[in-house]
Amino acid sequence: MSYLEYSVKHAPTGLAKILHLNWPLTILLATVSGVGFLMLYSVAGGTFTPWAEPQMKRFALGLGLMIAVGMVPIWMWRNLAGVAYLGTVTLLIGVELFGAVGMGAQRWIELGSFRLQPSELMKITLVVMLAAYYDWLPSKKTSRPLWVLIPVVLIMVPTFLVLKQPDLGTALLLLAAGGGLMFLAGVHWAYFAVVITAGFGLVTAVFQSRGTPWQMLKDYQFRRIDTFIDPSTDPLGAGYHITQSKIALGSGGWTGRGFMQGTQSRLNFLPEKHTDFIFTTLAEEFGFVGGVSLLTLYALIIVFCVASALINKDRFSSLLTLGVALNFFLFFAVNMSMVMGMAPVVGVPLPLVSYGGSAMLVLLLAFGLVQSAHVHRPR
Amino acid sequence: MRRSRADSEASHAKLSRRAALLGGVQLLFMGGLAARMNYLQVDQADQFRLLAEENRINIRLIPPARGEIFDRNGVRLAQNSPSYRIVMVREDADDVDAVMDRLAQIITLDPELRARTMAEIKRSAPFLPVTVADDVSWDDVSRVSVNAPALPGISPEVGLTRVYPRGSDFAHIVGRVGRVSQADLDALEDPDAVLRIPRFQIGKINVEAREESLLRGVAGTKQVEVNATGRVMRELARREGQSGADLQLTIDSNLQNYVQARLGDESAAVVIVDCENGDLVANASSPSYDPNLFIGGISSADYNPLLQSKYRPLVNKTVQGTYPPGSTFKMMVAMAALEEGIVGPDETVYCPGHLEVGGRRFHCWKRAGHGWVDLENSLKQSCDVYYYDLALKVGIEKISAMSNRFGLGIRHDLPLSSVAAGLAPTKLWKQQNKGADWVIGDTVNASIGQGFTLSSPLQLAVMTARIATNREVTPRLIKSIDGIEQPSGAGEPLGMNENNMRKVRKGMHVVVNDRRGTAYRSRIIADDMRMAGKTGTSQVRNITAAERARGVTRNQDLPWERRDHALFVGFAPYDKPRYAVSVLVEHGGGGSAAAAPIARDVMLQALYGGEPPLDAYPTADRGRIKTQQNTLRDVRPQAAIDGKDQA
Repeated sequence: MSYLEYSVKHAPTGLAKILHLNWPLTILLATVSGVGFLMLYSVAGGTFTPWAEPQMKRFALGLGLMIAVGMVPIWMWRNLAGVAYLGTVTLLIGVELFGAVGMGAQRWIELGSFRLQPSELMKITLVVMLAAYYDWLPSKKTSRPLWVLIPVVLIMVPTFLVLKQPDLGTALLLLAAGGGLMFLAGVHWAYFAVVITAGFGLVTAVFQSRGTPWQMLKDYQFRRIDTFIDPSTDPLGAGYHITQSKIALGSGGWTGRGFMQGTQSRLNFLPEKHTDFIFTTLAEEFGFVGGVSLLTLYALIIVFCVASALINKDRFSSLLTLGVALNFFLFFAVNMSMVMGMAPVVGVPLPLVSYGGSAMLVLLLAFGLVQSAHVHRPR
Repeated sequence: MRRSRADSEASHAKLSRRAALLGGVQLLFMGGLAARMNYLQVDQADQFRLLAEENRINIRLIPPARGEIFDRNGVRLAQNSPSYRIVMVREDADDVDAVMDRLAQIITLDPELRARTMAEIKRSAPFLPVTVADDVSWDDVSRVSVNAPALPGISPEVGLTRVYPRGSDFAHIVGRVGRVSQADLDALEDPDAVLRIPRFQIGKINVEAREESLLRGVAGTKQVEVNATGRVMRELARREGQSGADLQLTIDSNLQNYVQARLGDESAAVVIVDCENGDLVANASSPSYDPNLFIGGISSADYNPLLQSKYRPLVNKTVQGTYPPGSTFKMMVAMAALEEGIVGPDETVYCPGHLEVGGRRFHCWKRAGHGWVDLENSLKQSCDVYYYDLALKVGIEKISAMSNRFGLGIRHDLPLSSVAAGLAPTKLWKQQNKGADWVIGDTVNASIGQGFTLSSPLQLAVMTARIATNREVTPRLIKSIDGIEQPSGAGEPLGMNENNMRKVRKGMHVVVNDRRGTAYRSRIIADDMRMAGKTGTSQVRNITAAERARGVTRNQDLPWERRDHALFVGFAPYDKPRYAVSVLVEHGGGGSAAAAPIARDVMLQALYGGEPPLDAYPTADRGRIKTQQNTLRDVRPQAAIDGKDQA
């Protein structure tokens, strides 16, 4: 569907578009970010520096960016999908070649004072690319092998590049988001069944081979996997964090210890207390009620996105909106599972709450696309 | 492309169904998250709150006991002894400085050490114990325990430290451990967490370093609950570690001790290889040093003399030092020529005292010449011209290939630090490394083990063992690991013509046992113990024209650093070879005078498994030998002789 097919006369134009933004969604996003500022303020021991203030500035910038992106017609973004995708893949290759090494992995490119983390951007451009692809593809071809192969390649290329950094967590997120989008676009069940069965079979085979003469991985690789799956086998590393995280969380109880009353000293052992493990602080200070409230806010964001997608008759817009929502869901679901000891420790932040510029800006950019889809939906 | 209306509606319907499905799954998962939160924060809240309020969970590593090292008879060479130390946990001592002041009143703390400790405390994680006083007496431990209430965060701990009861005898074999340094950590891709334990010891050189992975073991962990004052309330979980493997070496500590004592302060090396299985029964480099000095960090007063001594006590001369093999290399030239069929053992060469090659005159060591010599005589009298002639006929490539097969120019795989490969030069090697073509004079020099040829005493001993057995004897240092016997180094048959080998051995026999042999004075009298061997004297300098004019050509007249190296290789008994030996005395002068007597003494000691009877020696020597034995007995520590302290 090209922009000519949009019934332009009913769509808002100019500054009137602002009134047609998805305001409930915007307010929800701002609320969650607000919770983030509170927590960063608290973690820093009751000061805005060094985390809360920069985070607020970034949010202001991100909010402006989101609205600006939202005002641009959605077909513009769709036409840019291929360029954006190729550009991000190029950046990923650039990271491989020239990137800075942080925490033992190559993840970002230094651009002056700004650190660009292309794998972060990739999560969005992949969704945009796949949405554009399925918008273009006649739906009766969706499940034909060749037309299934193309998006698989589109997903695997960046996944492989991210895996090489190495960033297993992001790579798995890319796979999950890409797979989710293919599912939404209507690819036949059987493909997913086959891939999931094959993947399960492969993992089982690799583990079954352990200790036999033909084992497929080296012993130390198995040990790393052990630590990844069950952190308690590495009690000084990942396991220590999880144990302490669960204690802090559990001690929050029903209503928590109260704002700024979390025993910060006890959290000092957590090097990621303002980033990946920030949910621990929230749950300790505001208890079960606080945790469930945040979860509810997240759920509402998902619900509003899904609703916006369902009322939108434009296929690209729907897919894009659902894809962004799925990404957002994966972020907080993985982070919370990790903090509560239900999933391996991977470096995934709590969206909009964890301290970090790159992640927040990219997320708000993505929601800008959702806004654009909402504003410019066919009426 | 424009979609048909029907297509558009159908696909939107499908999208909606799937979106609803995926949304449902997401909500379900969020329900799961909420349930988990409920479990942790409501159901288990009391338990976690208790843990958080009153206790902290601390995870402590239990360092594994390092594997011990024994000699072939079970004598301990490296052991772990208990040592007491005082440790501090920063997060439990509110005011570190105040606590340290109070501690300093109770026990003596070296101010310099204290400053270093303070830096370490600030650097380490707050929950990690840091040693504030090492090697403290039991009295100090009791005093600290009595005053515990005044010293929050301070506690005495018993640890294990490495001790080398044999001192300097095994510095060049067992090596030593030391504190883990940043360089050690950087060298490892994935350092074991146990290495982060303050003052953990890691192997630094030789067997301790090379077998680190076997010796270290696996750390255990204990999860303990400690209350606010740092007292351990209870142990929650414990995972036992695994102590390191015990190693048994092939060295005989008694023999090793004898050899070191026999070498005394001489700058020398001795290797004794068991011909039957490649076992290194002695591997002595002299002078040596006491590895125990290094364990807690060596003082510069102790270290500088070791570093500056011209005898280089820190260098393991047996495997690390490479020297021109001199005349001990002649067997290789002989074997290459014999195996190629270029000469027969009985063919003779005329030695006029020199040989003209390419316009240069190469001298025999005996200016007057040896006259007509055959193989046996050439070895017996160490005639140089004979080997010049042979080498010119057979060529350097064949000689080099032959010496490789006898283990020269090849790095033997031993768990020692910096085992040298030596050099058996070829034309290609010179072209690549010196950028010059091989000239005929190089071959002439190589034929008597001079020029580019380099070998370590270990290689020469292996060569001799291979000559003695015609097998590819491979040196072995680790006899067993945790009681599991390691593969023998007996080796496959070398595949040399046994007749040729017999001729060479015969030649080595007359070197020692013929009245005109170069090592006749160092023969063994006992018939069933007779030794065969070869002397070597390798030049480390060229005699300058000026010196020749002044008449300074005798070794004794030169400064030590410029004197010849003395070498001897041999095996015994001649009829049924048991041990092969190589002796090198740096700048010792002639092989027959300086190296051969040592070889005989250590060989007899090895063959008799202790002090040999005097009647193994020639009658004329017995008086002198008796005096020497008495002197050495006084030098050697008592324990080493009567074999106490056995495991």
